Amino acid sequence: MASQRVFQLGLRRAVAPSFRIQPAGRMVQRRFAATENAAQSDGTQILAKQRLQRPVSPHLSIYRPQITWYGSALNRVTAVVLSGSLYIFGISYLVAPTLGWHLETQSMVAAVAAWPVAAKIAAKATLAFPFFYHSFNGIRHLAWDFGVGLGNKTVIRTGWTAVGFTVLSGLYYTFLV
Amino acid sequence: MACTRALARLASKRTGMAIRPAGFARGFASVSDTSAREPVSKIAEKIVPDPARTVVPESKTSTVKEPQPDKDSKIKTFHVYRWDPDQPSEKPRMQSYTLDLNKTGPMMLDALIRIKNEIDPTLTFRRSCREGICGSCAMNIDGVNTLACLCRIPAETNKESRIYPLPHMYIVKDLVPDMTLFYKQYRSVKPYLQRDTPAPDGREYRQSKAERKKLDGLYECILCACCSTSCPSYWWNQEEYLGPAVLLQSYRWIADSRDEKKAQRQDALNNSMSLYRCHTILNCSRTCPKGLNPALAIAEIKKSMAFT
Repeated sequence: MASQRVFQLGLRRAVAPSFRIQPAGRMVQRRFAATENAAQSDGTQILAKQRLQRPVSPHLSIYRPQITWYGSALNRVTAVVLSGSLYIFGISYLVAPTLGWHLETQSMVAAVAAWPVAAKIAAKATLAFPFFYHSFNGIRHLAWDFGVGLGNKTVIRTGWTAVGFTVLSGLYYTFLV
Repeated sequence: MACTRALARLASKRTGMAIRPAGFARGFASVSDTSAREPVSKIAEKIVPDPARTVVPESKTSTVKEPQPDKDSKIKTFHVYRWDPDQPSEKPRMQSYTLDLNKTGPMMLDALIRIKNEIDPTLTFRRSCREGICGSCAMNIDGVNTLACLCRIPAETNKESRIYPLPHMYIVKDLVPDMTLFYKQYRSVKPYLQRDTPAPDGREYRQSKAERKKLDGLYECILCACCSTSCPSYWWNQEEYLGPAVLLQSYRWIADSRDEKKAQRQDALNNSMSLYRCHTILNCSRTCPKGLNPALAIAEIKKSMAFT
C-alpha cells in the first residue's frame, strides 16, 4: 500500500515537477498510533468491562429549573407535609385517651391562644401554603388526567397561576383569618 | 386518579379474572434491585457522593483557547462534559473551550464540530444529519435537553454555555450516552403494524382522513431521547418505566386504526411501572426539540386504559 503511494507520488512529480526537493517518504501519510486487533468474543468482554466503569451523567444538579418539574416536586413535598401531619395528628388523637393527652378541640384552642403571635403565624403558614398549593395544583392534575391543558404554554401559565393563587390565599389565611 | 384506575381495573375483565379476584389483577413489574434507583438513595448519593463520579468543575481544568483570535472577535466560552473510557479511574470533568463566534456557524453543533476540527480532536459526540431529523446530537445544552443542530448559540458572549450529555445516562465517552436500554424499551412496545386479517380489498389497509389525522404529532418522533432523559421519573426508574419517547411510540400504534393488537398493547402497559410511573411532570413536552407532546400521548393511553 505504502509503496504504491510512493510510486504514485513519483509519477505526479514527474508530470508536474516542483523546484523544492523533498524525499517521497516524508510526503506519504504515516500512522504513528498502532491499533490492536481484537476478536469478536474479546469485544464483548471489553464492552462489559467498560460498562462497569461508566459514570452516570449529571441530572438533577444540571437540569434547568422549570415550573414543570419544580412544580411537580413541590406538589409531592406538600403532599407529604399535609398527609404526614394528618397522620401524626390522627394517630395521636387516637392514642390520646390512653396516654392521658388532651387533644380535645377546647383544650387545643386554649393552648394555641396562649402562643406568641410569631408561633401562630409560623404554624398557620406551614399548613396554609402547602394546603393551597396542593389544592390548586391538584386541579391541574385532574385536568391533565382528562387530557386537558397539556400544551406547553398552558402548562406554564396554569403553573404560575397556581403559584400566584397559593401566595395570595396563603398570605390571606396566615395573616387575616 | 389512583382510585379511578383501581375502579377501571375492577371493571375491566381482561387480565387474570379466572384465577384471581379482580382486586389482585394489577400486575407489578419485577423489581430486583430496588436500592439502586430510589430517590432516597439518590439523595443519599448527593450527601455522600462517590468521589470517582463527581464532575470536576471547569474552574479546576484548563481552558482550550481559540487558535487565532482577531481584534474584533466575539469570544464565547463553552464548558463541555468530558470523560474518557481509556482512563476509567479519572473523574468526569468540565473542559472549557473559547471560540470566536464570527468564525463559527450559528448552531451549537457547529461549535462542537469546530472544536473537534480545529482545537481538540479528542472531543467525542454523535452527529449525523445536522438538520434535526436523525436525532443523533441530542444533548443537554444550558440545562435543557435538545438537539445541538437545532439549538442556536446564544449571541451574548458574556454568558457561558454549558454542554452535558443526556442526563442520568451511562456515558460511553464525553457526550455519547449508552442508548442500549432505550432502544430495547422501544423494541419491547413492538413498534410495527400487527394484523391478522387481510385487507378487505386485498390490496392495502385503508384509513379514513380522520383516522390518519390521529397519527399526526406521533409519527414525527425521531427517538432522540431528549424527552425520556428529561423526565425525573425516568431518571429514577429507567429499568422499568418506559419513558415518554417509548410511550409516545406505543400510543402511535395504539391509536393506529389498522392495528389489531390494541388490547394486547394496552395489557402490556397495565402494570405499576411501565406506564404509571408517569406523574405528569411534563418536562417531556417542554423539552421536545420537534415540538411534539409526549405527555398528551401518555394521557391518552391512560384514558384509553381507564375507559375500556
